[in-house]
Amino acid sequence: MASPGFHDVHEGAEIAPRQYQVTRPDLVRYAGASGDFNPIHWNQRIATSVGLPDVIAHGMLTMALAGRYLTDWAEDPAAVTEFGVRFSAPVVVPDDGKGAQVEIAGVVTGTLDGNQVAVDITARSGDAKVLTRAHAVVRLP
Amino acid sequence: MAINPEYAGRTFEPSEPYEVSRVKIAEFATAIGDSSPLCRDRAAAQAAGYPDVIAPPTFAIVITSGANARLMADPELGVNYAMVVHGEQSFTHSRPLHAGDVVVAQSTIESIKQIRTMTTMATVTEIRTADGEHVCTARSTLVERGA
Repeated sequence: MASPGFHDVHEGAEIAPRQYQVTRPDLVRYAGASGDFNPIHWNQRIATSVGLPDVIAHGMLTMALAGRYLTDWAEDPAAVTEFGVRFSAPVVVPDDGKGAQVEIAGVVTGTLDGNQVAVDITARSGDAKVLTRAHAVVRLP
Repeated sequence: MAINPEYAGRTFEPSEPYEVSRVKIAEFATAIGDSSPLCRDRAAAQAAGYPDVIAPPTFAIVITSGANARLMADPELGVNYAMVVHGEQSFTHSRPLHAGDVVVAQSTIESIKQIRTMTTMATVTEIRTADGEHVCTARSTLVERGA
């Protein structure tokens, strides 16, 4: 996927959706990298004891995947200057070797100063919208 | 016990300085599947105009959650960690974090609200360099579900 230039995109332009697989080892790796060792992200016994259906992904991992979706699109890890989300449903990650799939899509909602564009993101896992009110500002070359 | 509403509006002392390292950026990038050379290869990052390798946009959570761990553990605040889920998060960057940055994080609890059996706590954390240059403003809302 070649990086789009600022002048190549317009309001309403859709960014090609991408699928991301999230497995239990991914959650352990993210726990270590982020320092978030909340056991609901790796211990099924504790997750179910607090009323969750199973181990759930860190919301921040889902947000990071959406960030990566945008920085991969722009081909620049520094491209996302503003990014906010609401975690509307958990990404449930079963211990079945496959885990969960998260599908992320985006649409350009406007152009801004400084070669920046506003983007709305959707993220789904199964039937659930896992991110809502997900808006970003992305700087393009 | 719910989160103590008397903490709303409180600003905490700045964190101890956090030194952003190449190894930590690469570890974080690997954990989120970001394969960009700008997160791993100093020469590539410098060719793109940065002093050193740069962090993905959500890396700032490592710094803010580290800084907030101390206040979250305050028994007077009364957060029941096992019942906490992350409600909302945002980052506004003046520039990307890069290896070699030495930054401090300072948090303010903006609001604590009781909504039926749930309590929400909104915090804002400013990440600045030791010299005072603004790098990132992070906003976070935690939700403590009722027991």
